[in-house]
Amino acid sequence: MQPRDMRPADLLAAVLTGRASPPASDDGWLALLSQARRANLAARLAQQLHASGITVPPQTRWQLDGAVKAQRHLARLMALELRRVAQALRSDGVGFVLLKGTAYLAAGLPAASARQFGDIDLLVRQADLAAAEAALMGGGWVNLDASPYDQRYYREWMHEIPPLTHISRGSVIDLHHTIVPPTSVFRVDGADLLAHALPVADSQGLQVLQPTDMVLHSMVHLFTDGEFDNGLRDLLDLWDLLRHFNQHDAGFWDALLARAQVLGLGRPLHHALHHLERLAGPTVPDRLRPQLQLLQPPLPARWLMQWLLRVGLRPQHPACRQPGDGLARWLLYVRSHWLRMPLRLLLPHLLRKAWVQRFPVKDGKEQAAA
Amino acid sequence: MAVSATSAAQSLRSGGLLLQTGPFTFRIRSPHAGVARNFNLLYANHASLAQSAPVDFDVQISDGAAWRRYWRRQACFVFDGRAVFEPLPAAHAFALLEWAMNWCISTHAHQYLIVHAAVLSRDDRALILPAPPGSGKSTLCAALTHSGWRLLSDELTLIDMRDGRIWPLCRPVSLKNASIQVVRQFAPQAVFGEVTRDTAKGDVMHMAVPVEHLRQVQQPALARWIVYPRYQAGADTCLQPRPRAGAVVDLARNAFNFHFQGDAGFEMLCDVVEGCDCFDFRYSRLPEAIAAFDALANDTPGA
Repeated sequence: MQPRDMRPADLLAAVLTGRASPPASDDGWLALLSQARRANLAARLAQQLHASGITVPPQTRWQLDGAVKAQRHLARLMALELRRVAQALRSDGVGFVLLKGTAYLAAGLPAASARQFGDIDLLVRQADLAAAEAALMGGGWVNLDASPYDQRYYREWMHEIPPLTHISRGSVIDLHHTIVPPTSVFRVDGADLLAHALPVADSQGLQVLQPTDMVLHSMVHLFTDGEFDNGLRDLLDLWDLLRHFNQHDAGFWDALLARAQVLGLGRPLHHALHHLERLAGPTVPDRLRPQLQLLQPPLPARWLMQWLLRVGLRPQHPACRQPGDGLARWLLYVRSHWLRMPLRLLLPHLLRKAWVQRFPVKDGKEQAAA
Repeated sequence: MAVSATSAAQSLRSGGLLLQTGPFTFRIRSPHAGVARNFNLLYANHASLAQSAPVDFDVQISDGAAWRRYWRRQACFVFDGRAVFEPLPAAHAFALLEWAMNWCISTHAHQYLIVHAAVLSRDDRALILPAPPGSGKSTLCAALTHSGWRLLSDELTLIDMRDGRIWPLCRPVSLKNASIQVVRQFAPQAVFGEVTRDTAKGDVMHMAVPVEHLRQVQQPALARWIVYPRYQAGADTCLQPRPRAGAVVDLARNAFNFHFQGDAGFEMLCDVVEGCDCFDFRYSRLPEAIAAFDALANDTPGA
């Protein structure tokens, strides 16, 4: 059941969406597993294969079981960490909304079930930003290694402050006051999102964005970020969210389109749905297609974006690499900055980043050890 | 059947060399001559596998940045298409491969509770030696390997989460700095690799697994003794019982993946320690140390 237009580079996506069977050979299994690990999707692969009753060879079986063990542990830790975050913020009376993975987890959404969690993304009112930072610092989360330049860059131009890292547990919080940079081509009012946030049942005051906003935020986040390390994972999150919300609310798709218009996020919505349908098959109700058609960019730009995102959404794995990928990833990186700020800010910033990368002060990679 | 030297070097450079070590099969690729030379010395007696055998880990010790291929050449561990560690000088390529294989096992093989400890056995009763670097654990492990104890692993104690059996990994013992000379003198009959100088841990050299130990790679052992060795210059040999309660916590702290195992991991460690006698061991002279462990195996500690 290999769809005709499916490229080998998209094999992982095809298997994860049930559109292709895993390769039959041992080497094929090894390559599939390796791509899944690289894309932080090994536990999801395990879940998908289990759900579709596919027999897995022993050398792949134990690795998938291991990935599931690790994912469950991370999810348990994340749930605990969320409680601590809530405690720190609530004791100072700061209201907050969970974003992305932590929101899926708190709300018990299917998107959280086999997800590899990373940072904790929080949204607070801009006026509460300082209070939230202080409260989190009281809980042990501090700015560990942002240079003075990074501090200024984040605080003046970004929609979030530099990441806060817990001094003993190492968990990382991204604290946002809106979902796109204030200088961005998208103008989204964080207050509007907060006004529509919903409490999570039985969670002692945790809040998440309303379904349409949750989906739109995850789309904006995916398509304005310069690094697509988790591109495929985030796209599959969206697939889970769309199917889940549609199942529970027949009016969801109409509400989503309407909300995208209000927030000015039609373009990211178009990109997300285009690539979702390319990889996972028909998702959008047919009656809404004409409306969605209106959201697509004009032609040369559309082709360019389709190519760039096709590359970005693949695992960064040698087996998926094709000629021109390096250029595409570089263009995505430049584009992410282009979307974030006007040229007069962008050029000096990129020059500086290039300089720091060429002559690094320190490096994040592990040292080899026994 | 053993891997022949020239074909090993060729496989490492092209399609990859298959190595089975304990329960794991690696496919190794590397253009570095140092990897091939040490491989031929240290893995000559490991079983060679058909190219079509199923593989667990695909590892590469590749060149670093292209512009450094001819000037201050580097070795870089690549796994799942990404560089896992910082690149090292090309001369460290084989040591990097050994570290890389340990990393693959300890970060993925959660069907085992993996404790950072040397493990040997006598009649399938396992002796676990957990200890921080510099405590003389590997030196002791190498000496015991050539004194009637069967080597299971000098770094990774693989406790099967299903039944608590400890599985041999059968990888070369890693010796550092002064212990290189000590072990060469103690066991001149042993097979050694080349000395890698000036790594992050100083000089490193590996000692091959004796052939008769390799033949028992399918033979697991059950934990019987947990001994915390400490080398102390000039010290008298001293084996002293220590309370078992602390050993559970201590093994958990020394395990790579205790946290992933949940409650089952804690229960497993309790079971392991339940069946063990625990000791602190201080030594400076290897022959006396060996005698102490022989007494332990004959159930006459302190005799």
